[in-house]
Amino acid sequence: MTRPPKRTIAPIFWLLFGAGGMLSALFGTGLVIVTGFLLPASPPSYQAAAAILHNPLAGLVALATIPLFFWHGAERLFLTLKDMRAGPRPLLALISYGAAAVGTLVTILLIFLMEFGS
Amino acid sequence: MADRDRLTIELWILRYRPAQDEEPHFVSYTVTYTEEMSVLEALQSIKDEQDGSLSFRWSCRMAICGSCGMMIDGTPKLACSTFLRDLAPGPVKIAPLENFPIERDLVVTVADFVKKIESIYPFIMPKETKPVEAGEYLQTPAQMAAYEPFSDCINCMLCYAACPQFGANPDFIGPGAMALLQRYNGDSRDAGSRERLDLIHGEDGVWSCTAVGLCSEACPKLVDPANAVNQNKTNSAFDFFLRGLRKENHS
Repeated sequence: MTRPPKRTIAPIFWLLFGAGGMLSALFGTGLVIVTGFLLPASPPSYQAAAAILHNPLAGLVALATIPLFFWHGAERLFLTLKDMRAGPRPLLALISYGAAAVGTLVTILLIFLMEFGS
Repeated sequence: MADRDRLTIELWILRYRPAQDEEPHFVSYTVTYTEEMSVLEALQSIKDEQDGSLSFRWSCRMAICGSCGMMIDGTPKLACSTFLRDLAPGPVKIAPLENFPIERDLVVTVADFVKKIESIYPFIMPKETKPVEAGEYLQTPAQMAAYEPFSDCINCMLCYAACPQFGANPDFIGPGAMALLQRYNGDSRDAGSRERLDLIHGEDGVWSCTAVGLCSEACPKLVDPANAVNQNKTNSAFDFFLRGLRKENHS
């Protein structure tokens, strides 16, 4: 019997991609309608918008959706760049997953500040 | 139609005879055809009447043997179930299956594909073998329905010709082998899931797939190999995180 092949870490990114894809399929359209069309028609004040995030539940929802959308996009971007042979694979992974990681960290930081800051 | 029997169509066939040709090149043949004539029959008429050296694989003529897969106007199809009336007025481009080395004319090398099929333990591995006197391994209709579609694969390799990821990485196990794997892993009489899954956790296993989906479009038997691949991405992903919890029963 031959030795089983080496595992890849692809499942981590694939599950994040899948979770983000599920959320964007469920809520993406609604979010685009609300934030892209309804809110700009009568924009709320910054305070009013920020007040929503003071609610811990709203904070959790934002924490789940925003980073997972990033990871969903990152996986698509990575696979597209890889298929286009746009560069060495580790570099492409670093660019796409790195962008999602930075986006995730910034999101966590901002939401944390809004929840617990002043 | 008065001149029904005098319909003609031009076929551009990719020829490659290793002893004579520097590289593959298209040769034009014109055939007379009728409404019910398949591409395979056209090739046979060329071989009989115009050029006996034309090589192609075929056997059953009714889409169950999987031998006559080829690129017809750029799409992987079985020559026996593709009809000239649907390709008229032509010319029609006929080439060997994409992503495979050409052996001669429309014949491609299948050794690598066969090796992949063999690698995934393509047989039922029961938990414990029973003596014949103990009777059959019973199965309910619902248990059979769980894997039955995947057992319809005829190994025609159209899905491999359609798959851009197999084209980019010939080591990718590919859609057909994954459908066969699911055929056995989904069988209630089988206990070999662990061994088969262990073969596909790598980069050349299930993770080379990027859900393009052309494999399922190309399949002439509606096997839906993309579904098999996706199910096993889920299986492989869960195993990635839960492997610490699984009970090892290797001796």
